[in-house]
Amino acid sequence: MGLNWQFITDSLPLYREAAWTTLKLGFWGILISLIIGLVCSIILYFRVKVLKTIVKVYIELSRNTPLLIQLFFLYFGLTKVGISLSENTCAIIGLSFLGGSYMAEAFRSGLEAVSKSQIESGLSIGLSKTQLVRYVVLPQAFSVAVPSIGANCIFLLKETSIVGAIAVVDLMNVTKDLIGMYYQTFEALFMLVAVYFIMILPLSLLLTWLERKVRYAEFGN
Amino acid sequence: MKTNEVLLEIKGLHKRYDEIIALDDINLNINKGEVVVILGPSGCGKSTLLRCLNGLEKVHGGDIRYRGKSLVNNDVNWQEIRQHIGMVFQNYELFPHMTVIENIILGPAKVQKRDKSEVMEQAKQLLERVGLFDRKDSYPRQLSGGQRQRIAIVRALCMNPEIMLFDEVTAALDPEMVREVLDVILGLAKQGMTMVIVTHEMSFARAVADKIVFLDKGRICEISEPNEFFTNPKTERAQQFLNIFQY
Ligand SMILES: Nc1ncnc2c1ncn2[C@@H]1O[C@H](COP(=O)(O)OP(=O)(O)OP(=O)(O)O)[C@@H](O)[C@H]1O
Ligand SMILES: [Mg+2]
Repeated sequence: MGLNWQFITDSLPLYREAAWTTLKLGFWGILISLIIGLVCSIILYFRVKVLKTIVKVYIELSRNTPLLIQLFFLYFGLTKVGISLSENTCAIIGLSFLGGSYMAEAFRSGLEAVSKSQIESGLSIGLSKTQLVRYVVLPQAFSVAVPSIGANCIFLLKETSIVGAIAVVDLMNVTKDLIGMYYQTFEALFMLVAVYFIMILPLSLLLTWLERKVRYAEFGN
Repeated sequence: MKTNEVLLEIKGLHKRYDEIIALDDINLNINKGEVVVILGPSGCGKSTLLRCLNGLEKVHGGDIRYRGKSLVNNDVNWQEIRQHIGMVFQNYELFPHMTVIENIILGPAKVQKRDKSEVMEQAKQLLERVGLFDRKDSYPRQLSGGQRQRIAIVRALCMNPEIMLFDEVTAALDPEMVREVLDVILGLAKQGMTMVIVTHEMSFARAVADKIVFLDKGRICEISEPNEFFTNPKTERAQQFLNIFQY
């Protein structure tokens, strides 16, 4: 059995375009997740009144509902109450809503790994609370959290395969359409896997490199 | 070097951890240029006392005054006070993600907002004094314990503090590195630095101290001149304590 190379060549532009969409969604989803995660983890770390409770509710909500349902809610549910968002916006919000809580957990474990004596050491040279967070706590927390942050990035990029459900022209949707039209199931799926792999491999390598670079916190002071 | 000018005044200081009374009615004055060594058995409250002087512990009674200003009410600006009262810890506590020089200039540059080149010049002089200028771009993990501790001392000194607090700064070191750290502190004493030192190195204590404070169970048992303390302690508790160090 040979591959239908003609089909593969012909569908290449479609895949390329869809890959861009997926990457764009993934990029914004990951970036916003990181910001949400950082803010939430700092709120939890400093036990900020009221906000702390809101963050906890958000994290539970986000972790205990499937992304698909979150997307449907955003896309179809909000239309019902008069808010209509574009498919891409919905996809990015959905990914960020999901990713934010995972990133918050990653940052939180990093923050908790910073020892009390390091904090006292920072205080003893007169650092203010903000300076302490910026120069001592965050860099050390980040170095501990990098492996889980990396895993989350890859997780989110893979999760983009679900956003096709709300009619975004992403890789998954293109594949399904092609299969529906030409019945080249194997080739279409082969392309899908190949493109995801090509997108995720460099990210993985980058993250491994980053991990090695910021490992200093594991060593003694 | 000791002068008559009182820098720190501790009056009736009281501190507890839940049920445990860590410090009980501590009264002590520290004059400018004076080297006070605090001795006492493990758990007697030595660290707690130093930590109170650096605002790392909440105080439950009494008063601490620095240059007449109380340090025990809620609106003390510790960021300001800590620039004048530096502290060095047993486990160095350098920042592992920063190089030696970054560790040293963080406080002067960010807290004191001093001119970078002036700070670098001072850091250079201090590093040369402790013989570690060539290690300025190393990370703490690349240094030995003794080297790390000397860097930690330089980091505190670069803030130009008026008083230095040392909490068992050689306790985590291998014996052959103890000397290099103690020599640095001895040098500071010669220069007239005001210091409060907690240590278990008895001959060092005797050599460096103007005054020995012996603590037991959170209370001051006796305050003596070093020679008097080591040859003829006033209290039985101090005598028992010293016997532990006789072989
Ligand atoms: N964070 C804490 N929580 C509860 N109890 C504490 C705490 N820190 C110290 N203590 C108690 O306070 C008392 C004084 O402790 P401190 O650390 O000041 O002793 P120390 O004289 O420095 O002893 P060592 O020579 O072992 O360092 C001890 O009984 C100790 O168990
Ligand atoms: Mg102690």
